Order: sequence, then C-alpha cells, then structure tokens
Amino acid sequence: MGFYTSPSFFVALAAAVVPAAVLGFTERRIKYYGFAASCVMVGLLFAGSPAGAAAFAVFLAVAFTSMRATLGSWKSGRKSMAVYRASLAATVAPLVIYKVGAVFDANLLGFIGISYLTFKAVQVLIEIRDGLIDDLGVVDYLYFLTFFATFTSGPIDRSRRFREDADRRFSRSEYADLFSRGVLFLLAGAVSQLVLATIAQTALDPSATAQLAGVPAVISIPGPAPVRVIARAYVYALYLFFDFAGYSLMAVGASYCFGIATPQNFRAPFAALDMKDFWNRWHITLSTWLRDFVFMRFVRMASKRKLFSSRLHTACTAYMVDMVLMGAWHGLTLDYLAYGLYHGVLLALTEVYQKRSAFYKRNKRKRWYRVLSWFVTMQLVVIGFALFSGQLTHIIERIIHG
Amino acid sequence: MDRNELEAEVLDMLEDICDDEAVREERDIDLFAAGLLDSLAAIEVLVEIEERFDVDIAPTAVERTEMNTVNKIIEQIAVRL
Repeated sequence: MGFYTSPSFFVALAAAVVPAAVLGFTERRIKYYGFAASCVMVGLLFAGSPAGAAAFAVFLAVAFTSMRATLGSWKSGRKSMAVYRASLAATVAPLVIYKVGAVFDANLLGFIGISYLTFKAVQVLIEIRDGLIDDLGVVDYLYFLTFFATFTSGPIDRSRRFREDADRRFSRSEYADLFSRGVLFLLAGAVSQLVLATIAQTALDPSATAQLAGVPAVISIPGPAPVRVIARAYVYALYLFFDFAGYSLMAVGASYCFGIATPQNFRAPFAALDMKDFWNRWHITLSTWLRDFVFMRFVRMASKRKLFSSRLHTACTAYMVDMVLMGAWHGLTLDYLAYGLYHGVLLALTEVYQKRSAFYKRNKRKRWYRVLSWFVTMQLVVIGFALFSGQLTHIIERIIHG
Repeated sequence: MDRNELEAEVLDMLEDICDDEAVREERDIDLFAAGLLDSLAAIEVLVEIEERFDVDIAPTAVERTEMNTVNKIIEQIAVRL
C-alpha cells in the first residue's frame, strides 16, 4: 500500500482519522490511539514486503538501543562522548550501508522511509548530547519515529515539538481549527499531487500516465531541439514542485487530524529572490535540519579551532559540506552528487557576493534589481533540477559521445 | 560578573560581530530584520558567548524569536550564568 498514492491508503486514512477526530472533538488526548493507528498503517505499508519489514525492525532496534545508551550516559552524569559517537555511528550505519549498497545495485538494510527515520533518530541523539532532551519514554520515542503521516517522505519534524503536540489535550475549538485546516491541506495537496503533478508528468512522458486529453506533450513542441530541451527542464521543475509539495501538504494535513502540527515543507519556492532564499522555501524541513545539525555545528567547530582565516571562508566551506551531504543523502550517484556540489557552490558564491559586492549593497532593495535577481535565481533553480533529474548529464554524455 | 559588566561585554561582542555601532542604540530592535545578524552571524554569537562567558547554548536550544534583540541575548546569557 503506497502512502498518499494508492486508493487503499486514502480509504485506510479516512477510517483511521474518524476515531482521532472523535477523541479530538471530545477534548481527549489522541496520543495513544495515534500511536496504535500508526503501527497499523506502517504494518500495512510493509505488508507486501517482508525484507523491508525486517530492515525496518533492525533499524528500530539499533536506533532505540543507541538512544537509550546515550540517554543513560547523560542521565548518570558520565556524559561519555565515546558512547555518544558510537550511538551516532550505529544509528547512521543502516542508511550508509543502504546507500553504498545501492551503488552496487544491492538492497542492503533498505526500507521505505529509512532516510527520514535516520534524520529524526539523529536529531534525538544530538539533542540528548546538547542537554536539551533529558527524558524520553518508549512510546514517545517510537511514536515520533514511526508516526505514519510523515513516515515515507517527511516533512522532518523535531522530537521535542512533536512530543509537546502529542501530549496536548486540545479544547474543542482548538481541535476544530486544527482539523478543518488539516482537511483543507489534504484536499489542496491531493489537487497538487494527483491533478497538477499528473498533468505535468503527462506532458513530460505521455506513456507514463493514463492519457489525459488536451495535455500537449513536450516532445511534440515544434522548432529546433534545444527548445524542447529547455521546455522539458521547466516542466520538470513544475512537476517536481507539484508532486512533492502536494505530498507534503497531504502529510501535514493528515498530521493535523491527529493533533500534530507538523511543520510545512514549502513556502512559494518560485518566489525566491536568491539561492539562500530558495533553500528557505524549498524542502524547508530538510534545509533547516541540515542548517541546525550540520551547517551550524561545522561553523562552530571551525570557528573554535580557527580552521579558516576568515569568516567568509568558514561560511563557504560550511555551505559546500552542507549541500554535498544533501546530495549524497539523495543517493551516491553522479547526478545527485553533482546536484549537491552545484548548490554548495551557488550558496558559497551568493555569500561572497552579498558580503563583498558594493553593487549588491547599493541596489538590493531596488525594484529592478529584485526582478532581475528573481529571474536569475529561477534559471539557476531549473538548471539544478535538470541536474537532479539526470537530464543534464544525459545531454553532456550525448555531446561527449557524439 | 554583575549586570552592568554583562551588558557592556555583550554590546562589545555584538558590535564586533555585526561590525556596526548601531547595536548599541536600539536594544529592542529585531537584529535579523534590521540586517545586522544573519544565520551565520547567529552561530558566531553562540561561539563568542561560550568563549567570553563560558555559557554553552546549543544551536537548537533557543528559538530565534527568543534571541533576536540585544536585550534578549543579554537575558539568555543572564539566566545561564
């Protein structure tokens, strides 16, 4: 049963929401029912895949043991960095093994949702070390990790925020507000993913979806070949947005029905005025996760040890580390690594330009500059997606091999 | 360290990081909205706080809205001293 794609999922979701709504409207806590419903839904997700279910069980066992080991060490006051590092390595290991295995076409320890679960488990470990999490019960931890609404593809929530929501007893009007917004997000997300993204996909590849009457195919656009190449890149960018933003909206909507205000993942990304702005609007929970747990930690470590001669050097290196890791997380393929490197370079260049250029400082608030900056940003974004989709490397290969 | 010393030291620190004397004048303006701090400078604030005051604030410990003015930064350090 594919989450947010197969009809059976929506039937199961509708059935699962009814008791949650009854609890919510009668001002009772939804947490324990929500956890039980999540277990059932995740069970249905893995129903046809025993290998996935086994890998999921291995991951949970490793992550849970690591969390308890670190929490135990911190609670006792020993605060052993060795225990913390070993726990971190063990928690990340299944994802790394899976990603490396994928390079050799082997499926090792992989299961749907492994990347997102890894992010969440790592956040918990780091915040235990930071002294921000001093207690975490079994149900609280497992509910956070396995909450079905965001299980397969995020948005990536944070454990302290999630737990606060899960433990809340909403007043009737609070829950009514949450519930109605949740239903609205579900519907809007469904229109985005099931209608708009499907139209874009049909235009890209008419054979991949059921034929939609009246949707022109990119391949039949008249004129020289580069026109179709460029059109394909733009339509792909729209497809990616409607598909992922639609999915994310539905995930947020389903969460709201269970009393969990999962953070939004997109905020009008095609209105971004520069590349930094773009990453504050696109896949927001991923970029903020990387900002908080990679970028900031790297900058802090580098400034403390004075690794670089200037602030700007530190920042540029941190952007590169941050984005290359983001690319590698998508997959250890040429396309994804190039995608990460591309965005790392762009963010570093943006940083240098905005800090050093008198031209930028003079004009940044002027209307013509903002329009120009927006236009350039959109082209850079579309080129990035062409890298992501493999379109660009495909074209380069064709040029090289004639 | 008394309150006056703390305030003076924080102002020195912020003037240094923001590279702008304006931080001394308006202690309640949003430093991010005013363009005096960005997310990079915000990390430097945390690093400097640790070095100058021996106060460790983890990057995800405090919401940005609780640390976006001079007075709020002083307060966050004061409660941890």
